[in-house]
Amino acid sequence: MEKLTNKDFSSDQEVRWCPGCGDYAILRAMQKSLPLLNRKKEDFIFISGIGCSSRFPYYMDTYGFHSIHGRAPAFATGMKLANPNLSVWQITGDGDALAIGGNHFIHALRRNIDINILLFNNEIYGLTKGQFSPTSKKGIKTKSNPHGTTDEPFSPSDLSLGAKSSFFARVVDTNPKLMQKIFVEAEAHKGTSLIEILQNCVIFNDKTFSSITGKEVKKDAQLILEHGKPILYGDTMNKGIVLNKFKLETVIIGENGITIDDILVHDAYEQDSTLHAMLARMRPPEFPAALGVIRSVKRSTFDSDMNSQIDYEKRNAKFNNVNELLFSGDTWNV
Amino acid sequence: MNNSKVVDLEKVVIKFAGDSGDGMQLTGTQFTDTSALLGNDLATFPDYPAEIRAPQGTVAGVSGFQIHIGRIDINTPGDIADVLVAMNPAALKANKNFIKKGGSIIVNIDSFNQRDFDKAGYEKSPLEDNSFEGYNIIEAPITKLTRETLKDSKLDGKSIGRAKNMFALGIVYWMFNRPMQQTESFLKAKFKKSPELVEANIKVMHAGYNFADTIEALSSSYTVLSAKLPKGTYRNVMGNQAMSWGFLAAAENAKKELFLGSYPITPASDILHELAKHKNLGVKTFQAEDEIAGICSAIGASFCGSLAITTTSGPGLALKGEAIGLAIMTELPLVVVDVQRGGPSTGLPTKTEQSDLMQALYGRNGESPAVVLASSTPANCFDWAYQASKITLEHNTPVILLSDGYLGNGAEPWKIKSTNDMPKINPNVAKEEDNYFPYARDKKTFSRKIAIPGTKGLEHRLGGLEKEDITGNVSYDPENHEKMCKIRSEKINRLSNIIPEQKIYGKESGNLLVVGWGGTFGSLYSAVGALLKDDNSVGLCHFNYINPLPSNTKEILSKFKRIVVCELNAGQFANYLRMNFQGFVFEQYNKLQGFPFTSIELEAHFKSLLSK
Repeated sequence: MEKLTNKDFSSDQEVRWCPGCGDYAILRAMQKSLPLLNRKKEDFIFISGIGCSSRFPYYMDTYGFHSIHGRAPAFATGMKLANPNLSVWQITGDGDALAIGGNHFIHALRRNIDINILLFNNEIYGLTKGQFSPTSKKGIKTKSNPHGTTDEPFSPSDLSLGAKSSFFARVVDTNPKLMQKIFVEAEAHKGTSLIEILQNCVIFNDKTFSSITGKEVKKDAQLILEHGKPILYGDTMNKGIVLNKFKLETVIIGENGITIDDILVHDAYEQDSTLHAMLARMRPPEFPAALGVIRSVKRSTFDSDMNSQIDYEKRNAKFNNVNELLFSGDTWNV
Repeated sequence: MNNSKVVDLEKVVIKFAGDSGDGMQLTGTQFTDTSALLGNDLATFPDYPAEIRAPQGTVAGVSGFQIHIGRIDINTPGDIADVLVAMNPAALKANKNFIKKGGSIIVNIDSFNQRDFDKAGYEKSPLEDNSFEGYNIIEAPITKLTRETLKDSKLDGKSIGRAKNMFALGIVYWMFNRPMQQTESFLKAKFKKSPELVEANIKVMHAGYNFADTIEALSSSYTVLSAKLPKGTYRNVMGNQAMSWGFLAAAENAKKELFLGSYPITPASDILHELAKHKNLGVKTFQAEDEIAGICSAIGASFCGSLAITTTSGPGLALKGEAIGLAIMTELPLVVVDVQRGGPSTGLPTKTEQSDLMQALYGRNGESPAVVLASSTPANCFDWAYQASKITLEHNTPVILLSDGYLGNGAEPWKIKSTNDMPKINPNVAKEEDNYFPYARDKKTFSRKIAIPGTKGLEHRLGGLEKEDITGNVSYDPENHEKMCKIRSEKINRLSNIIPEQKIYGKESGNLLVVGWGGTFGSLYSAVGALLKDDNSVGLCHFNYINPLPSNTKEILSKFKRIVVCELNAGQFANYLRMNFQGFVFEQYNKLQGFPFTSIELEAHFKSLLSK
């Protein structure tokens, strides 16, 4: 197979996001990740709905489809079912996936169709110029709610784990290396891989994630999970997470008799999603925010189940072509 | 065979009516299949309530199945019944205006008690006043005799009660000299796992047959000999089934996989059910989470190389509007089937209507022309599904195919076609070596070539934003937008160069042109046929191509003194013709009752127009 580089995935279209937008970093990380996947260029397809993030497919030199608001999971499902050999990437935002497209989003996760979903979560509507979104923090003032929102926000992790998501990862737009690593793992996972990207909107919701991504706080505010490893964070990795009476707690190794053996070991493969949900819910200042692959479990996929049914029916077919069907059953001759 | 005198009839209309739990649809279907195998021409009309089990014994809960059989050409399920089977007083009341004067009515007399009169809204037995004087009333104790027949059976009371429809079927089989073998084999297959049920149902059917013979239900029994149909192999088909098979045939001949994205909705769901059965032919059916996901998954599959379809009824078409617009903008193949029902809103889900025409033509944002076709008989749903697929794959533009509840649930004999005899389908797809521009087009047809993901070197992006001519890049250029709007419209118009000319049945010119479209064909054809027998100056112009209209439409219109447009809506096709052909006077004949036209009402109306 010919060796591909990031340049092979860069289209001739001018990128039109605002200067400083977090989307640029995600685009670059994606263009660098695809050559690592050992697949033919023509087998990638990017599908999006509507919103700032949904312009993404235009900038990728792959097959692409910029569809309608909220419906990308349905298009992606049709694509994967029509051609199971394709590597299907859905690009969506918090409004596209969780407001207008909430229904399709949960059903894709429930079915576990083998696609990858990148959820660009900036907690705001960008393309329609600054209204609050289903993930906006309660009380923020926007044009469409100048007195502060009265909406309780969704937690994307709780919503998707509730919908039986088999793969959930989180990353920040300021960490391109981690993004690449997660994109590669997402593609390897069989089933719907959901990646929540905390992405900064410089125009309408700047620094909404600064408590996680801020340079001065990030060492203590970010925790990168790795399967099979103790859950540690901090400048010298001397802090960790323990489970105490059904609740997570932060501890410091060496204080109050805590040793490395007391620290929780991350098990992304555990079918029970309870602990995954608890880890995903952690937020500063009480906790660091969990990043990396939080959940990755084996579950049969919708597309492979459908294809095995078709294979079985073909092998045990009463009819092998349409004519045999048309002339079957009760017929009579004139 | 029964031993009484047998009278040969040209045609007969029979209606089975009872509670929605009485099994009348099954009874009717069995009589249909038996008659079809005997070589009758036929047409059927199931009419059932929207509720699965509507309140028992009420008029609203009556489920009916009408069948018209003949040894002559049959085009409608018949206006009024020669024979009515009424399983309870409500069934009699619901059908009292649809029985021929002097016709036979078989009533389940066990259900004619005060409790059931109350439920049906009768003060006392309608059989005891003069309401049905002049009719041949056959009082059959169906419930009692069914129980008596099965008194030694191990079945529970409920299952025994359910078998009574077979008693009614046995009576009607005797009346029309039909053999019972076909139904016997059907029952054996249906209740394969329960030999007691097979035995019980067969026993009850025979009991009904023997009962009719013993009481000599009629002074003579009747037969309807086989019809003189063109040579060939026949089968009985329902519209939704024929539609499904048309798509299967098209996919096979186009060498495409068939993909259906759909959400259950009455009366279209049977297409999903039928196609879901045929995974062995490689069909992929996807029951989506909603109507929108149904069409969007189909568009996704179309982009990736499938023959993609979505099926729905009126309210679902409304939900799919935005996505149809996307398929128009991206110029991808897609067939959207609308099996129309009574509207607006939820309307009359189980009744028929033709009121989605304007929605199909114009129900989208922006200038968004789509090809619109309409099937016109249960059997030709096959041909129109095939033709819709051919057009969409060869021209890469979405096609909306209109059927309706009457066609979808109706049945008739179909002369089976071999897939080898159908027109070739050549999908318009770019190959690897082409110098590919997504929006470059054929000079004659204006259609673009699609490139399918997985094809090396043809990577490109599609979407709902306006496309630059030739390159397909996003473009906000004002001149380009106007140009593209015109191109999308002209692409549809140019199809009129390819589709066949419109045909006329009856007189080629004269006093009255009857115009119809879609599912009303049978009744219009029968009514015009009757007038032609009396040598009236009348022609029938019945449309299947709605957008674009056939190129000779104007010429046909100009050959008649009067034009009457008949449709099951308030005049949507008439208005469409007014818009396209100014200078003509289009009179209207409309009906909005959830039922098809009767040929009697049409004939009477046309006669009045001809005499003025």
